Amino acid sequence: MKRIALAVAACCTAPVWAAGSNSFNPDISLILQGRYLNAKDIEERHVTGFLPAGEHDHGGSRGFSLDHTELTFSANVDHYFRGYANFAIIDEKVEVEEAWFQTLSLDHGFTVKGGRFLSGIGYGNEHHPHAWDFADQNLAYKVLFGTHLIHDGVQARWLAPTATFLEFGVEAARGQFFPGSTAGGDKNGAGAVAAFARIGDDWGDSHSWRAGVSYLHASPKGRESHVEDANDVEAHIDFSGDSRTWIADFVWKWAPDGNSRERNLKLQAEYFQRHESGELECEDNTGETPPGACDGTSSDYSAKQSGLYAQAVYQFMPRWRVGYRHDWLDSGTVDYGANDGMLAHAKYSPTRHSVMLDYSPSEFSRLRLQLAQDKSMRDVTDNQIIVQYVMSIGPHGAHKF
Amino acid sequence: MKRLTLPVMFVAGLLWNAVSHAALNVLACEPEWGALVMELAGDKASVSVATTPRQDPHRIEARPSLIARARRADLLVCTGAELEIGWLPLLQRESGNAKIQTGRPGWFEAADYAELIEKPDTLDRAMGDVHAAGNPHFLFDPRTLPAVAEALTARLQKIDAANSAHYAARLADFKQRWGAAITRWEQRAAPLKGTPVAVHHKNWSYLILWLGMETVVDLEPKPGVDPSAAHLAEVVKRLEQTPARMVLRANYQSPRPSQWVEQRAGVKAVELPFTIGGSDQAKNLFSLFDDIITRLLEGR
Repeated sequence: MKRIALAVAACCTAPVWAAGSNSFNPDISLILQGRYLNAKDIEERHVTGFLPAGEHDHGGSRGFSLDHTELTFSANVDHYFRGYANFAIIDEKVEVEEAWFQTLSLDHGFTVKGGRFLSGIGYGNEHHPHAWDFADQNLAYKVLFGTHLIHDGVQARWLAPTATFLEFGVEAARGQFFPGSTAGGDKNGAGAVAAFARIGDDWGDSHSWRAGVSYLHASPKGRESHVEDANDVEAHIDFSGDSRTWIADFVWKWAPDGNSRERNLKLQAEYFQRHESGELECEDNTGETPPGACDGTSSDYSAKQSGLYAQAVYQFMPRWRVGYRHDWLDSGTVDYGANDGMLAHAKYSPTRHSVMLDYSPSEFSRLRLQLAQDKSMRDVTDNQIIVQYVMSIGPHGAHKF
Repeated sequence: MKRLTLPVMFVAGLLWNAVSHAALNVLACEPEWGALVMELAGDKASVSVATTPRQDPHRIEARPSLIARARRADLLVCTGAELEIGWLPLLQRESGNAKIQTGRPGWFEAADYAELIEKPDTLDRAMGDVHAAGNPHFLFDPRTLPAVAEALTARLQKIDAANSAHYAARLADFKQRWGAAITRWEQRAAPLKGTPVAVHHKNWSYLILWLGMETVVDLEPKPGVDPSAAHLAEVVKRLEQTPARMVLRANYQSPRPSQWVEQRAGVKAVELPFTIGGSDQAKNLFSLFDDIITRLLEGR
């Protein structure tokens, strides 16, 4: 891409306007990402003891594959608003990952965002796959949201006028994505609401941190998923009720004197608890004889589940980083009510260990090798190797802390 | 009751912090602009600086503490020319502060008032970390500063009209002292004219231009790209053909490449303070240049 820098003779006190990012055109950036995955051949990948969280999943196929190609547009609309859109492109499909406006001039610490956006809950939710420190999403987010929580709605944030960073936010959204559902979003009002609070500061020049708590309430209606029933065949289940999630997050970054060029360290952890309660209907999905265990009974359902991930990424010399991530989930207690016996709850703690080494020739390119031992399915130990590239072309906006 | 005391004190402390500023709240992106604001505003401004002299201003993160400071700023004073592009736009957006948004009086980028050199004809990331607007390190030609000081004074007067005369008087005083200092520095630095030098990064271009020195070679193969061993070997070969007297690097940069070249090519490695606080001697804008010239004369 060639752009012509305006050569303007400078004079005295009149501002000299340089040719910024494409003058009046929006900043356009394209993210190229692909991978090679070596993993066990498993037909129905799932996390034992957890309902599959929607279909919004990035990657996963074995061998060589192209991840979503992300196309991003952003610019100030005028002096009141900024606009941003992110499209994830994959064969025959364009997903609108984000498309929103944000206020610039509400002042007094208030910012309002509207449209489709990545929810501000947790720490990792707002990060796009190209900004992840590992080649895949952590297990906690995988069971909570599929990949991340996307909202169609509004978000309001308020930053306190304090020396310590203190921010509060609320969101109201359609709630059509997991843990919500399409029918749950079809109403006057919000199918999902969320709130978060964050605090952060520096310790001297070398350390900075942020901690937060978030809450999400979704009201799924007829949320469909496929699970294994007591006969070990696939059953179709349908859930309507309330889904409540709490997340506590913490991130701490270190760089000697705050100069991250040579060496730096990033520690990050999130813990969640999810409580779902309502009605669950279980139907046989086999269409065969003998059929599955489910007989279409609708009954009370209640599940309390939790999990966490913790990761450390260390840049030990310019351009080179190593990282370790630990995933741990607890399938907790699940009460199927009258469906008990037809659906067996698997009491299990899925775990995964991942290590990665990445090399970034520049700010705009990154190559990564990741090894993982995935025990997210009971009785399966899947040793995975991922080789991945992430490249960015065009003016790419800065990443959040 | 006792259980409540601590949180109440905490909140009260936060609020006290919020209201305890009476003066103009200025957030400077780099120490040099903090120093210029202090020269021009004196006690009428309370200045906070976003980066320390040991940090590379290209590579700062929009940390929570910086967002909190941007929230309370009346005026943002930065270099501009895309130097802070990796973090400043985030501070502006996340701050919820209308005053410091681009185009508002509370947003000031010094590069808008300076003539920049090394503007690339074409922009291609294969050329490294190039700035479309030109080389942003113009401070090191001190002749660029009066125009910036005038524009900044006009801005201070716009935001804080009540103290207009105060700012005008301080500007006149500063320009007079700065002009005298330039004459003094140029006299002291006269022996440096024509001195061939190597540089770690292209951040001394303005200094070299001002003092009439000559750049033989850059240690970075491309701007912002760390020098590799192979490239440094090329640099040494080049220096054997065209000798230089010094290798200049900024205090925040790794000393290893220039020390390596010093050992192989016998060219003296000289560390220069890149901003105020970059050396013990560089305490303000004036002593920053005093120290730079002293170090150059010693290194020659």
